[in-house]
This record gives sequence, C-alpha cells and structure tokens, in this order.
Amino acid sequence: MTDATQQDTDTDADTIWVEHEALIDRIPRWVAMTLLFIVVVGIWDLATRLEWVSRIILPTPGETLDDLIFVGRNLASGGYMLEALWTTTRTVFYAFAIAIGIGFSLGVLVGETKFGERAVMPYLVAIDTMPKVAFAPLFIAWLGFDIASKVALAAFIATFPIVVATAAGLYAASENERMLFKSIGATRMQTLVRLKLPNGLPYIFTGLKIAAVGVMAGAITGEFLGGGSGFGALIRQSASQLDTPRVFSLILYLSLLGLALYFMVVFLQRRLVFWNKSQTPGGIG
Amino acid sequence: MPVETRQLKSVPAASQTRPVYQIARLSKTYARNQLVALSDVHLTINKGEFVSVVGSSGCGKSTLLKIMAGLMPPTTGRVVLEGEPVVGPRRDIGMMFQQATLLPWKTTIENILLPIEMRDGRAAARDARDRAMDLLTLVGLGDFANVYPGELSGGMAQRASICRMLVSDPAMLLLDEPFSALDELTRDFMNMELQRICSERHATAFLVTHSLAEAVFLSDRILVMKARPGRIVEDIRIDLPRPRTLEMINTPEFGEIVAHIRDLLGREAYS
Ligand SMILES: Nc1ncnc2c1ncn2[C@@H]1O[C@H](COP(=O)(O)OP(=O)(O)OP(=O)(O)O)[C@@H](O)[C@H]1O
Ligand SMILES: [Mg+2]
Repeated sequence: MTDATQQDTDTDADTIWVEHEALIDRIPRWVAMTLLFIVVVGIWDLATRLEWVSRIILPTPGETLDDLIFVGRNLASGGYMLEALWTTTRTVFYAFAIAIGIGFSLGVLVGETKFGERAVMPYLVAIDTMPKVAFAPLFIAWLGFDIASKVALAAFIATFPIVVATAAGLYAASENERMLFKSIGATRMQTLVRLKLPNGLPYIFTGLKIAAVGVMAGAITGEFLGGGSGFGALIRQSASQLDTPRVFSLILYLSLLGLALYFMVVFLQRRLVFWNKSQTPGGIG
Repeated sequence: MPVETRQLKSVPAASQTRPVYQIARLSKTYARNQLVALSDVHLTINKGEFVSVVGSSGCGKSTLLKIMAGLMPPTTGRVVLEGEPVVGPRRDIGMMFQQATLLPWKTTIENILLPIEMRDGRAAARDARDRAMDLLTLVGLGDFANVYPGELSGGMAQRASICRMLVSDPAMLLLDEPFSALDELTRDFMNMELQRICSERHATAFLVTHSLAEAVFLSDRILVMKARPGRIVEDIRIDLPRPRTLEMINTPEFGEIVAHIRDLLGREAYS
C-alpha cells in the first residue's frame, strides 16, 4: 500500500492484512487425492484382512491389483479383452453421436418453435419419466444381439438430457439481447445462430456431460441384457463365476473409457465457452 | 390533446426544418398485465433536432422509445419516419439501450461491427473495421478493441455500445439513458461528443435521460412525461446558443432552465 492514508502509521507498510486459510484448505490437490486414496485402500485392506466380509465378496487390494495387471497385459497385447473394450468403445461413441444429433435437433425444435414447445415437449417429458432401461428388451427384439441394439439403448438414454439442455439454452438469451438483435435487423436464423446458440452453450455442455454418463450406463446395460462381445458381457460373465477381482478391474478399465468421454466434453467446453468459466468444484466439469 | 410548445424566451421559430418523425394518437397497453404504459402521445420531431424526454421512473419513456424504434407495435396510433410508417426495425434508426448488452464471446470491436455483420455480412464488417476503430478511439477505447467485454467496466461497455449504434451511420438516434453508468467527467465528455456527432452528421436524436442538466445541455426541446397513463405533458424549447459548451452549464441562464424543469417535474410528481 502506498496510499496517502498510510502516512501517519509506522507499521510495516507491505503486509497489512493476509488471509489465513485453514490447514485443510491448504493441501495441494495431488497430496489430497493421494491421502484420500491411501485411507480408502487402507480401510479396504483392513476389511479383507480381518475378514469383516468374505474374500469371495470382496477381494483384497492385492488380488485386485494383480488382476488389474493381468487385464492390463491382456489389453496391451491385443487380447480378447481389447476386442471387448473396442466393441464397447464403438457402441459408446456411435450412441453419443446419434444422441447429440437427435437431441440437438429436437432441442432446437422445442426451444425455437412454438410447435415444438407445444406439441413435442409434452411427449418428450412423458417418455423421459419412464425408466428407459425397460425399453432394452424391445431394442434387442428389434435390432438383435449385435452392437446395434446396445447403441440404440445408449442413444435413447442420452438423448433426453441433450434435448432439455439445448431447449433451455435457447431460452436463456435475455430480453435485452433479443431486443438488441431485433434492433440491428437480425433475421430469426441469425438470432438463433449468432445469439441464442452461443449464449446457450453452457447449458448445452451441461446436458452433454449428463449424456456422456448416460451413454456409458446405456451401453453397459445393453451388454448385460443383450450379451454380445462388449465389456459389459465380460463383467457379467466374471460375476457369474464369482471372479470378483476380475469384475473390479474390468470396472476400473471401463471407468477410463467413461472418463475419456467426459473429459473430451470438458475439453471442448473449455475451448468453445471460453468466456464463461463456470465455477465448479475442482475445476472439472 | 396535443401539447403546446412552451417558449421560455421569444426567439424566431426554427426555420427551414421539416418533420422526420411524426407520432399521432399513440397508445400502448401491455397485454400481459393490462398496464396502460402510453396514452394518446402526439409528437413531431424535426430534421436535425435534439429532443430529450424526462419523467419519473416507469412513466413509459423506454416504451415510447421501443415503439419509435419499431421494436414493438403500439396498441393504437401511428409512427411515421421520413414519410414511411415504422413497422419494424429500420436501418436508418440507431438505437442505444439502457443496458450496454455486449456479447461476451465477441471482442469489443466485433461487438461494434455486429449491426453491419447482420445486415451486410462479414465482408462488409471487415471493410468497416477501420471506421469502428476510429469510433473506439474517439470514445477512449482504442486500446480495448480486441478485449472481451468481460474485461470492460460498466462505463466502458456503455461507451462501446455507443460506437455500435454509430457504426452504421444512422440518421436517427434513439438513446435510452445512454450515459447513466458513466462518471460525471466522462459523461460531460460524452455529451460534448454526442453534440458534435449529431451536428456533424445532421443526425436527429431522441434521448431519454434522468439528468436534467444533460437534457438542457444537449436539447433543442425537452419533453416532460407523466405516468399512469404515460403521456407528454410539457414540451419545452431550449434556446441556448449552439454549439453548447461546458462553461454554459455554470451560467445563471442554464441554471434557471434546469430549475424551471425541476419545478415542473416536482409539480407533476406531487399533484
Ligand atoms: N414488457 C412489459 N410488460 C408489461 N409491462 C411493462 C413491460 N415493460 C414495461 N412495462 C411497464 O410499463 C411502464 C413503463 O415502463 P418503461 O420501461 O417504459 O418505463 P421508463 O419510463 O423507461 O422507466 P425508467 O426510467 O425506470 O427506465 C412501467 O409501469 C412498466 O412496469
Ligand atoms: Mg427506461
């Protein structure tokens, strides 16, 4: 402070007021994450060592790690597990692409036209409230046990959050912004593309993140119910053989796929919605 | 009931002028709440005239401005600009809103070029870049052309939105409290600039303001509005010589006019 108000004090002029953070708020992220990891694995290890739960239900961290390495080797060497992962990955990406295409189009229809708002939206809400997994047998009956039925189920689940988010995003432009566009002679299309869409991007990305989670859930559910060659089928198979370490490690590798999808969306959001640094815990999401 | 123009001093009537804006029997009732925002407004604005509107908050000033700009239809009555009825937004009208409203994903200069981009396309906007840059420099934002609006202060954003209004060179300026977010010195400066711009371009201006001094400083006429229902109750001619200078604000004559209007407004408010 080199302020005029300082002239009659004789304290050290540089540090007047420093905010003190509590210890728990000062831990850097990687330390905090490692700490939490150690605590959770420690409790897990203890639970298995002291046989609080049977080994068959809960494997030890060591066994799980061994299996993780085994599965990792199989994946790295291009074994049958890699093929399964590739099947699931394709399912997920196809479904996500379809959900974005349909969800975005319906969202624009609902958010931009009175017809969409009045006629389409009520039906969408009605379908959205149904448990969508219940449609799985239908998709399998229609599309068979191949990848198509899983893609359909996953896309079906992921479409709704995108529709709702897109429509909400288009609504979000303020009265002032609409008036401005009107006053500079913007057409309806220009107002949609140059104002409402960019303005709605934060909403749309929130919807995409929910959809990214939904598409994973849909694909795996489809593989549970419809068999085939995906990761979901592997998990079900291992579970039926009570090979719990395998189930654990398969889920862990599957979560990498989910994380990859999620962070692709986050990355795109950071690039496209650079002006709106949304305040989320940890800066992820 | 047309309002008579009151002469504060006898001067020769404005010569060689022709009406550009003609508003008759204008009324507006908001359907949503059946609120009568304007009732039976008659108004003629002549070419090159600077007209200000003062009146208490909520008396319908912004409503009048939006109807004049073709942003919303009146309930009854007609608005004619340059012989043609106003039935929508027009190229020859430049509008400036109470809020700056800059798009956060466009830089300052891109925001300013927005009207040109919308009407004439990107190529035209590129060609107008130099003009936009000159305008920005004029209002003291030359260094902020490539900055996103998130980094501008409220007053800077408002100055940028003045440039956005001016970039397409409109003959008619409609201004809704454009300088209310500025500090007094910047405001004086912007008022001088606005006066200069209007006289240079022979632009006609219609300004909503809450500052009586600003209204007197800039205007040829001041309209006093009254609320519920919104209507024009006084039309006062200001005959201070032009160009007006900041020194004039301190003259007794200027003070007298401001006091007179304040008196009128006060009487409206408490009658
Ligand atoms: N979109 C709207 N729907 C319904 N009523 C409205 C709408 N806009 C304005 N009003 C009402 O119309 C009246 C006039 O509003 P207006 O915005 O024209 O006032 P104003 O004179 O510009 O006020 P201020 O000086 O505060 O800006 C107010 O009573 C307001 O409540
Ligand atoms: Mg207003």
